[in-house]
Amino acid sequence: MNAPVQPRRPDEVGVPDPFQYMHPVLAKNYGNWAWHDRPRPGVLHHVAKSGEEVWTVRAGTQRQMDVFTIRKLCDIGDKFAEGHVRFTTRSNIEFMLSSPDKVDPLIAELNSHGFPVGGTGNSVSMISHTQGWLHCDIPGTDASGVVKSLMDMMHHEFTHEEMPNRVRITTSCCQINCGGQGDISINVQYTKPPKINHDLVSKVCERPAVVARCPVAAIRPAMVNGVPSLEVDEKKCVCCGACYPPCPPMQINGADSTKIAVWVGGKHSNARSKPTFHKLVVANLPNNPPRWPEVEEVVRKILFAYKEHGRDYERMGEWIERIGWPRFFEICDFAFTKHHLDTWTGARKTMNMSAHVHF
Amino acid sequence: MSHDDDGRANQGAQKHPTPMLDELESGPWPSFVTGLKRLRDSGDQQYAPMMNDLLGQLEHSYENKTGYWKGGTVSVFGYGGGVIPRFSEVADKFPASKEFHTLRVQPPAGYHYSTDILRQMCDIWEKHGSGLIAFHGQSGDIMFQGCSSENVQKAFDDLNEIGFDLGGAGPALRTSMSCVGHARCEMSCYDEVKAHRTVINEFLDEMHRPALPYKFKFKFSGCGNDCVNAIHRADFAVIGTWRDDMKVDQEEVKKYVARVGRKYAIDKVVAMCPTRALSLNDDDTLDVDNKSCVRCMHCLNVMNKALAPGDDKGASILIGGKRALKVGDLMGTMIVPFIKLETEEDFARLVEMARNLLDFFAENALEHERIGETMDRIGLPAFLEAIGVDPDPNMVNHPRTSCYVRTDDFTEEAEKYFERRAEKAAKAIAAE
Repeated sequence: MNAPVQPRRPDEVGVPDPFQYMHPVLAKNYGNWAWHDRPRPGVLHHVAKSGEEVWTVRAGTQRQMDVFTIRKLCDIGDKFAEGHVRFTTRSNIEFMLSSPDKVDPLIAELNSHGFPVGGTGNSVSMISHTQGWLHCDIPGTDASGVVKSLMDMMHHEFTHEEMPNRVRITTSCCQINCGGQGDISINVQYTKPPKINHDLVSKVCERPAVVARCPVAAIRPAMVNGVPSLEVDEKKCVCCGACYPPCPPMQINGADSTKIAVWVGGKHSNARSKPTFHKLVVANLPNNPPRWPEVEEVVRKILFAYKEHGRDYERMGEWIERIGWPRFFEICDFAFTKHHLDTWTGARKTMNMSAHVHF
Repeated sequence: MSHDDDGRANQGAQKHPTPMLDELESGPWPSFVTGLKRLRDSGDQQYAPMMNDLLGQLEHSYENKTGYWKGGTVSVFGYGGGVIPRFSEVADKFPASKEFHTLRVQPPAGYHYSTDILRQMCDIWEKHGSGLIAFHGQSGDIMFQGCSSENVQKAFDDLNEIGFDLGGAGPALRTSMSCVGHARCEMSCYDEVKAHRTVINEFLDEMHRPALPYKFKFKFSGCGNDCVNAIHRADFAVIGTWRDDMKVDQEEVKKYVARVGRKYAIDKVVAMCPTRALSLNDDDTLDVDNKSCVRCMHCLNVMNKALAPGDDKGASILIGGKRALKVGDLMGTMIVPFIKLETEEDFARLVEMARNLLDFFAENALEHERIGETMDRIGLPAFLEAIGVDPDPNMVNHPRTSCYVRTDDFTEEAEKYFERRAEKAAKAIAAE
């Protein structure tokens, strides 16, 4: 008998030290930057207290990258940026240059390989997105495809700084909303209660945990066809899909019942107003691959209404707060329905408890 | 290396037709489908058949509007988390991608890479995985997407050898994020790299061996612009701020006003201050009422060269941000208005605060409950008492409006408040 192979023990290194990878001008002036400006869209110019300067060129990527794309970006990094890059939280890649002469040639090189340069200042940056059909175990839609379609439509808005303020868009493939808050959020919205495969529930689900997961206490244990299962009070069910991850036999997705909703006015920054959650604008849009044209149309309407009517430095939500929701729905020509009235905990605080009215 | 159609002759398998996905190759934005096809068409690589079937399955999802992955249990020796297992439910049709697991790998703080280390990652993933890498996932991880069960350990071993470690998944401490901060931003109010690495690397056991009630996320932003979305997306958000007066270069203020015009400066800077702390003087210099300023960052963002954070920098800590599941969205709540982050002792205090919160969470949260929900369930006074933090008016928008509270110890609580204030004042005098 061969001796069993001793498995390798992991080296628990944790978060890697970034200084070994950081561009030397950034490392040298760490914690000592003075100011910055933006010479053109997609380019940042930072000046250190030492007087040293660095130019950053930001380019969009598809986030889900094949090794050939990554190596191509590395080649470009070697040629122009002394072999260092960084990524932004929205999957843009940044090349740091110690001289301004290389900015234009780098942009030309990136563009020639199909990488758009932009995403800075008051532009539409890359959409933050999730995994979708490509890799998630509970997706209602795809993420990469929605993002690709929308970024094609908004390409000009990525490469130019023509919005009132920055626009941060997110997508999510289920109501867990891994994509997060956005000026515009494109999220799956389920419309039917889960369809239960009663033969499987007791085999694959920890039933009390599933009961506990429901936010509206609509699930209870039950014997169905002589086997222990779960049943859903469909009058109570809010179709959120929270029971589906812990219990896949409670299928929440349906080819026609999984819809898309669009939300606006989410904001993470503390600049001016406090951070805010996004609010519902349109629901029941069809989940329509491969390019989701109905979603694209709604996003386009909102985006260009904001572009036309927003004032400098107003984020989407701040613009709407100024003009009022009646005017927003009117400008975008969207319906205001009973489903826009919040019914969740704290809902009353979202109502207008004043005589302030927009006409 | 050839990526043309000749390459696939070596595969011995037909390419799955992908008419729907093909439509995602047009248009100006970089196409992930084109990238997937490049991998599929690299006939000399071990992953080419896997990526052919992956494209086939994805097309199948597009046709039927259904996902076909299910979870399971896959991990590496010594760890309980960090791998996202994916088994295909349609493996009979697409056998080569029947296992398509993701390794979540922690990125360097601030997302800095050398091209050399990126190439090493590509080589490892080309050898053991699918050749598909996402920079980055929503938790902040580098996601090495697409690995067979057999190769997960090999891929991890090689990545671990070049200095990278798995991130978090499941009910555990999750991978963290920090903004570019000190490395390239004049707004940065503390050393984000040091805070990120010091805190997370202290609690790796909680990441690698999931034993918490649910996920717990730390995120580090150097100022109120919160570029890593910490307040809403983290259980423990560290947001840079400063206590003293902001710095004003009046000559630069005048230059700004001269450049944009007085009306614009008033409309877009002064009038947009949320606490009316700014006023433009008749000589085009700026008056700042620093006691009213809330460090929102707007005027600093706009008049970048003229205004800057003060010298007495540090951070605020907000606890309890999360998304919808299960009580609804919560923003983090201000719990520590100011913590200094300069000396080793300061960072040790941050780690202690983190340990305190993790311990509280581990002991008190219900299964599948985020700490923000625990706070709501027990109420802020009980939460503060449990973590040993005194109430502070910065924690609220306004004091309570409901009279339904028992206040028979109000006088004693008020005395404690005045004692704390006197102690703080005595300390400040001693420090001077």
